[in-house]
Amino acid sequence: MKKAIQLTINGQPVEASVSPNQTLVQFLRDDMGLTGTKHGCGLGDCGACTVLLDGKAVNSCLVLAVQADGCQILTIEGLAENGKLHPLQQAFVDKGAIQCGFCTPGMILSAKALLDEKPNPTELEIRTAISGNLCRCTGYQKIVEAIGEAAEVIRFREES
Amino acid sequence: MGDYRVLNTRAPRIDGPAKATGQAKYADDFKMPGTLYAAILQSPIAHARILHIDTSKAKKLPGVKAVVTSREAGLIKYGVSPARYDETLFAHDKVRYVGDEIAAVAAFDQDTAQEALSLIKVDYEELPAVFDMFEAMKEGAPQIHNEFPGNMNAEVHQEFGDTDAALAACDLVIDHTFLNKRQDAAFIEPHSCLAVYEPSGRLTLYTSTQVPHYVMRTVAMTLQIPVGNVRVVKPYVGGGFGPKCEATPLEMSCGLLSKVTGHPVKMSYSREQVFLHSRARHQFYAEMSLGVMKDGTMVALKNKAVLDGGAYTSFGIATVYYSGSLLGGPYKLKSMKYDGYRVYTNKPACGAQRGHGGVAHRACFEQLIDMTAEKLGMDPIDMRLKNIMMTGDMTVNELDMSSLGMKECIEAIRKGSDWNNKKGKLPKGKGIGMACGFFVSGAGYPIYRSDTYHSTVVIKLSEDGGMANVLTGSAEIGQGSDTTMAMIAAETLGISLDNVRVYSGDTDYSVDLGAYSSRQTLMTGHATKEAAEEIKSKIALYLSQELNVPIASITFGDGIVKFDGGPGNFDKLRTNYIKEHRGWTDPPSGEYLTFREAARLAYLRAGTIVGTGKYKPPKLGGSYKGAAVGTSPAYGCSAQIVEVSVDLDTGQITVDGMTDAHDCGLAINKMSVEGQMQGSLSMGLGECLFEEVKFDSRGRIINPSLGEYKIPTALDMPKVKSIIVESNEPNGPYGAKEVGEGAIMPTIPAILNAIYDATGVRINELPVTSERLFMALKKNAEGAKI
Repeated sequence: MKKAIQLTINGQPVEASVSPNQTLVQFLRDDMGLTGTKHGCGLGDCGACTVLLDGKAVNSCLVLAVQADGCQILTIEGLAENGKLHPLQQAFVDKGAIQCGFCTPGMILSAKALLDEKPNPTELEIRTAISGNLCRCTGYQKIVEAIGEAAEVIRFREES
Repeated sequence: MGDYRVLNTRAPRIDGPAKATGQAKYADDFKMPGTLYAAILQSPIAHARILHIDTSKAKKLPGVKAVVTSREAGLIKYGVSPARYDETLFAHDKVRYVGDEIAAVAAFDQDTAQEALSLIKVDYEELPAVFDMFEAMKEGAPQIHNEFPGNMNAEVHQEFGDTDAALAACDLVIDHTFLNKRQDAAFIEPHSCLAVYEPSGRLTLYTSTQVPHYVMRTVAMTLQIPVGNVRVVKPYVGGGFGPKCEATPLEMSCGLLSKVTGHPVKMSYSREQVFLHSRARHQFYAEMSLGVMKDGTMVALKNKAVLDGGAYTSFGIATVYYSGSLLGGPYKLKSMKYDGYRVYTNKPACGAQRGHGGVAHRACFEQLIDMTAEKLGMDPIDMRLKNIMMTGDMTVNELDMSSLGMKECIEAIRKGSDWNNKKGKLPKGKGIGMACGFFVSGAGYPIYRSDTYHSTVVIKLSEDGGMANVLTGSAEIGQGSDTTMAMIAAETLGISLDNVRVYSGDTDYSVDLGAYSSRQTLMTGHATKEAAEEIKSKIALYLSQELNVPIASITFGDGIVKFDGGPGNFDKLRTNYIKEHRGWTDPPSGEYLTFREAARLAYLRAGTIVGTGKYKPPKLGGSYKGAAVGTSPAYGCSAQIVEVSVDLDTGQITVDGMTDAHDCGLAINKMSVEGQMQGSLSMGLGECLFEEVKFDSRGRIINPSLGEYKIPTALDMPKVKSIIVESNEPNGPYGAKEVGEGAIMPTIPAILNAIYDATGVRINELPVTSERLFMALKKNAEGAKI
């Protein structure tokens, strides 16, 4: 028995019919074609499927699509504006924070949730914010640097 | 170092924006109309005879399109090394581990496929199983493969010089043992594959692999499709680290099911299946003796290895050779003896993982050096420097160190970590330790015996001359090989990185053995450079004919062409180009002829301009049995210093800092080199402190998830100081060599040596959990009381 849901994905209102046991990550990837959200474990361990749900970073494999009814979802596809990379995306590219790229979308969204709340985080706050996003390639150092740099760019942009 | 425009910089990766925006496609992101979803039935029992398989109920389930077992798949044996093909796609007589594949199903959706699996009835006769490598070697142990009595999968015996005599003549001989634990590579992207079989007889696999070339060959062989009709396309890959270096049952099942049904077939492993497929780091037991003279001169090394291989060979033959061959350096030895045994057990097969075969034995050896230095009252760094190999040295097992910045690496970390002010001066509970290591820059020989080129590359210019398209079968798996090839092509052609595009990972583009043994930069790099040089000579030839100037007067660089170092007279070319491209937004300008105009002229004279390049190593290594494993055209090397704090009451270890130096020859892309170095440290730290795949008494993995199998998080990694040491490697393209695996070699022993420095307790078993260290501290304290 499918259930109708209404939600906003990357600023666009969406109406859809989903199975009650369908997870948000399945809905985003399979039904919406938003494959930038990655499926790494299905158990909430790796963080690759992180999206923002009403501004909070969540593992979309642990959220049912029906639970997102009435919510605002931001996926990695919704971050760049007018074809211009978001400062986090730009910093990840510039600082070498991306290797295989599979953790990148989730990592960037966890970082966004942090910077939205704490525009000037300490290194420990950055590391804590992404501690639920596993990366096997980078050793995290360049990711932490990139988030720090993006925070600066965003603060500067908002001041000026 | 040369004066480079593109190379030796910190270039952002060319795939960065696609990956940062979610546009980059991985295997599981592909969708095709009419796709069926597949699932594999895996054995729940570690060792059993298969009496009967009944698929009739599964076949009748609405929505199921096909069910295949060994009856449909046949019994063609495959594996990695042709010398040990010991797997069939589906088990037919026996299952040998929990997870062994028995059947596969394709259905209209995933749920139906899963339900169909539950309807397949398999009658087993359970057999005694063996899970411990030492038990498996005992007489009377359950036999896993009839062809390999005593469960002995492979044995290696090598000796260089008379080791026993050399040890007898030494002033000091110290022994040590070491045991690591089975690891999982824990790449974040599980294996995934989409297979498309066309009525023409052509099979295309879109798959998450490090080695499209080998997958193509294995799939062609097992599915009995002419190899020319198998195409393997590797989209972006979410990490590999070794276990994605061979064809998987997932790929072969998708291929077979697509062939049988005529539909595209897709399947992804669950995280648990990734653990069950394994092919990751073996468990190694190392037993070693090092003999030295009073002044610290190393003389002889005796090394014994026992490897728990799991149920099949996978890469294991190479692994058991590497555990011996990769100890030949970076120290001078007069003699070395190695005895290696790889043993079958009823567990998932182990294979290659970053630092293939060398990591555990390096950990034992580098601890042994510290133990020896302590006895001799020497600083561990001085002890190493006394014995260090230099450029041009040959190891006792005939590996040629054609460049080796080992000494420079050691000196860099000594300074970078302030070792001299810390070693021996830290308070109890704080420690500092160091270690070294080296690794191949690409295996000297392919996995199958062949005179094949290891890499070929095609570069094709766009007809307007503005873009160089690099076509290669090489595998970008996150390490940055696409960017490296783009940089080498741009540098060689004398154009900007923006004017190069890389199309990679497709067996239709070129031959490339793939991303394993840290080979892409050196081997694909050579082929890319050669292809670009051919392009340049073609353009120069046509320019010289058109403008009536000598070829030797023409030079390329910075996107322009010079004649005798000056602009020359090229007016008619420019006029023509502008006429031909009227209305385009970017007409060529400036006082020099642009590369674009020159390339356009070449096209007008000769059609599409293509350059091809190729590379295979020269004959390498000695003439003894197994001499091929460990050979390489070049060797990268690393030295690391680790600082730790240990809570002496609980055994809790905190890694406070790591200083790492790596000699990668010319650093093509410094940012990527640092990325490989930092990633290696993180993987080494995880293996040293947390990682262990655990089994219950019936051979079932009890921690097959990234929650229970712990890898380092951002909070576990300290700040790392990465120091790039550059040598000029004569056998590398532009002097470049590896960084992807050598950098993990010193990590574990450097941590262990630091723990010893902090506690006075020598740990010889991984992982060093706080419990293990606490128990060791306790035992040590009790020993001191007696």
